Amino acid sequence: MDDRTTITVPETTAQTPMGLGVLPERHRLAISPLNRRRWQSFKANRRGYVAFWIFMVLFVISLFAEFIANDKPFYVSFEGKSYFPAVVTYPETAFGGDFETAADYRDPYLQKLIAEKGGYMLWPPVRYSYNTHNLDLPTPAPSKPTWLLTEEQCKSVAERKGVSGCSDLEYNWLGTDDQGRDVVARLIYGFRLSVLFGLALTIISSVIGVAAGAVQGYFGGWTDLLFQRFIEIWTSIPSLYLLLIISSVLVPGFFVLLGILLLFSWVSLVGLVRAEFLRGRNFEYIQAARALGVSNRTIMFRHLLPNAMVATMTFLPFILSSSVMTLTALDFLGFGLPPGSPSLGEMLSQAKANIQAPWLGISGFLTVATMLSLLIFIGEAVRDAFDPRKTFG
Amino acid sequence: MEASYQNLLEVADLSVAFRQGSRETLAVDRVSFEIKKGETVALVGESGSGKSVTALSVLKLLPYPSARHPSGSIRFKGQELLGLPEDKIRHVRGNDITIIFQEPMTSLNPLHTIEKQIGEILLLHQGLTGEAARARTLELLTQVGIPEAETRLASYPHQLSGGQRQRVMIAMALANEPDLLIADEPTTALDVTVQAQILSLLKELQKRLGMAMLFITHDLGIVRKLADTVCVMKEGKIVERGPVEQVFTAPEHPYTRALLAAEPKPDPAPINADAPVVVETKDLKVWFPIKRGVMRRVVGHIKAVDGVSIAVRQGETLGIVGESGSGKTTLGLAILRLVSSNGPIVFLGSTIAGLTFRQMRPFRLHMQIVFQDPYGSLSPRMSVSDIIEEGLWVHHPKLTRAQREERVVQALRDVGLDPDTRFRYPHEFSGGQRQRIAVARAIVLEPTFVMLDEPTSALDMLIQAQIVELLRALQKRRNLTYMFISHDLRVVAALASRLVVMRHGKVVEEGAAAELFARPRSDYTRALLAAAFNLETAPVGVVAQ
Repeated sequence: MDDRTTITVPETTAQTPMGLGVLPERHRLAISPLNRRRWQSFKANRRGYVAFWIFMVLFVISLFAEFIANDKPFYVSFEGKSYFPAVVTYPETAFGGDFETAADYRDPYLQKLIAEKGGYMLWPPVRYSYNTHNLDLPTPAPSKPTWLLTEEQCKSVAERKGVSGCSDLEYNWLGTDDQGRDVVARLIYGFRLSVLFGLALTIISSVIGVAAGAVQGYFGGWTDLLFQRFIEIWTSIPSLYLLLIISSVLVPGFFVLLGILLLFSWVSLVGLVRAEFLRGRNFEYIQAARALGVSNRTIMFRHLLPNAMVATMTFLPFILSSSVMTLTALDFLGFGLPPGSPSLGEMLSQAKANIQAPWLGISGFLTVATMLSLLIFIGEAVRDAFDPRKTFG
Repeated sequence: MEASYQNLLEVADLSVAFRQGSRETLAVDRVSFEIKKGETVALVGESGSGKSVTALSVLKLLPYPSARHPSGSIRFKGQELLGLPEDKIRHVRGNDITIIFQEPMTSLNPLHTIEKQIGEILLLHQGLTGEAARARTLELLTQVGIPEAETRLASYPHQLSGGQRQRVMIAMALANEPDLLIADEPTTALDVTVQAQILSLLKELQKRLGMAMLFITHDLGIVRKLADTVCVMKEGKIVERGPVEQVFTAPEHPYTRALLAAEPKPDPAPINADAPVVVETKDLKVWFPIKRGVMRRVVGHIKAVDGVSIAVRQGETLGIVGESGSGKTTLGLAILRLVSSNGPIVFLGSTIAGLTFRQMRPFRLHMQIVFQDPYGSLSPRMSVSDIIEEGLWVHHPKLTRAQREERVVQALRDVGLDPDTRFRYPHEFSGGQRQRIAVARAIVLEPTFVMLDEPTSALDMLIQAQIVELLRALQKRRNLTYMFISHDLRVVAALASRLVVMRHGKVVEEGAAAELFARPRSDYTRALLAAAFNLETAPVGVVAQ
């Protein structure tokens, strides 16, 4: 007789025989004790907690990418008036130029015009945007990081610009890609795009997946049966090939790609939520709500969904990192975002094509690896936070 | 060595503390008792009084190191158990002292046959294998009264009834002929009829094998029947200790007196033959199809409710009694239209059979249900106030916030709870308080008809009596009509004006409660009565085993 396994909880604390299912979630505005305890155990995972803050800082910084890496200054003072080129597009004529086209602030001619009228410009730390071609490259693109160049290589450009040497050039800290675009700028924008794309894909596919799983689990029977068979058939479609076919027919953009990936990614949460609802719908408090005449929709939202959310929350960071990975992979294969987009996958594929330019491969790899590692560490900490044994043990 | 001890087990000054985070709670506070050879000692008290924890510390089965013993000693046959290393204590455990638990459903491994599970113990402690083990297993099964033991050897736990599973547990506990058997509420999860069988089995085995027994229960009826000495526990302390006769006839401690007075007194609502009929069914059937084969052909039906006709009149209580599996709960759910059924159901003059969920909604205002399990029937993620006002949202959506709050407060007062507690969550309440909340949820809508599905069977004796009193008071004040479903005739007797006795989905007997209690006509009813009031067993075949 294995006595050990049958008693683990002493009688005095046996108020919660169903473990996770029976503790309160939240109370109006206050943070419930349970959530506070979850936050504590999230923090207790040091690696995940640090990863969370690093990621949040990187993400928030990248949200303001236009103010960090841009080919437009964020403030121009010209003839006593203020301009905000990073947010508003001004025609060149606004600064006394000749054309109605958008002003190119990197153009020495325009810079001269502004300087002559006593105006000044405030530039972001990196003076390139993700699609700015550096026209004054000392070496053919892909060009080395500026600090690795020899004075000899810099000479012709330095002379043309009238400066003394390499150290006075505009720096490409991590070099340029094969079209002369700054790698740092592309990494910052690429990081933002990947995370935003991943978040959008994760949130939309979770909403659809949870809704589908909830309907199946709650109603059961034929609804469940038909839906399950449909999902089985759907998931057996080789999604990558279909993606390749569709993206060669439709012009792939952010939202087209999001839609195509969504077609297959919503399935991932269905099984989990369905199981939670199947388990939950026979609880007595669900019966009690039905006896009160509460409608199905209210029961699903108010009584059952909170139970399923724990499992969903645990999965979210992992879905997020796999979404990011999918996008990067498609870009790498050349079926992803349209050419010119700041994409990490595209940088990796450039790195593959230009082995002689290791700064592409190393920076691309480090960025992707850091981002995914951070997400996985956060995911582990979230999993710890929602682990009922840790929370109640 | 053998003669060096007087008592088989001596527990002196034992305390148990549990650490949770930085807080430490004292679950057992300086408890002392002793058990002589062949004696039965009962530990009585409500849940949370520390009786199980006391028993488990004898075997060191508590979750150490979050549990610890600030003081005390446990001497078994003169040997101190508290400081004993794990490998030595394992020798005592399962060999000299064995234990049976409350829940026979989860105490057996569902993936192993009965023979394998008993055989494992014989192998571990006695090294028996093959034919010898099989013979001993058969002997044990016969000893605990399992019929056709030979064919049962290859059975899996799910093929046995709850009573039979508990018998197998007892067989496993007896396998090594222990000197002390600890029984931790072994009959609480069972029907009264099966409880009576298990108790008489334990008593007989104890007499035959000469072992001592430490019996943990909240039911004084069992104590009176079974024990020699009783220790009454409250809040971790033993408040009274003595021979059963003495404690029962001359209780000293006020708590013991309260416990003894806790049995619900019969005072059912009067029968009024002229009162209007609230609920009526004619030949109601709930059949669950049994499907077989690839095409899922219906090959037969489980007749959970098979042609039941009942009528409940305004202001009375109709008791529905029967063993588990007799279809009484299914009948209740069918009347509330929570499971689909065949046959007319008339509620307040309208036929409600066949109505859709939406069409049923106006009727739900007048019919409510209180479930058995106060832990499962309240949503853990909603505050008490949210739980109670949920029905108001559905049926009185136009109420203002203040009006809703007023009705919630009133309902809480009616069930004897402090309205200030309404923003707390269910887990902060005890079982009895939770059941009061469930009652408040039902009565806040001011229903005519309340279905009570075993509302007391998950509760302690003392709390049971309180809930029965509450239900009775509410019925008088609000002229409620109850349908009371229970397997425990002691509680039914306290409330029911009329009775329907069910077995296998059919009505065996019905009539006025007083009449039926005094002169039961069927053997089945007699067996139920004997089991409930005297813990006596019926002849084989009358009730389930």
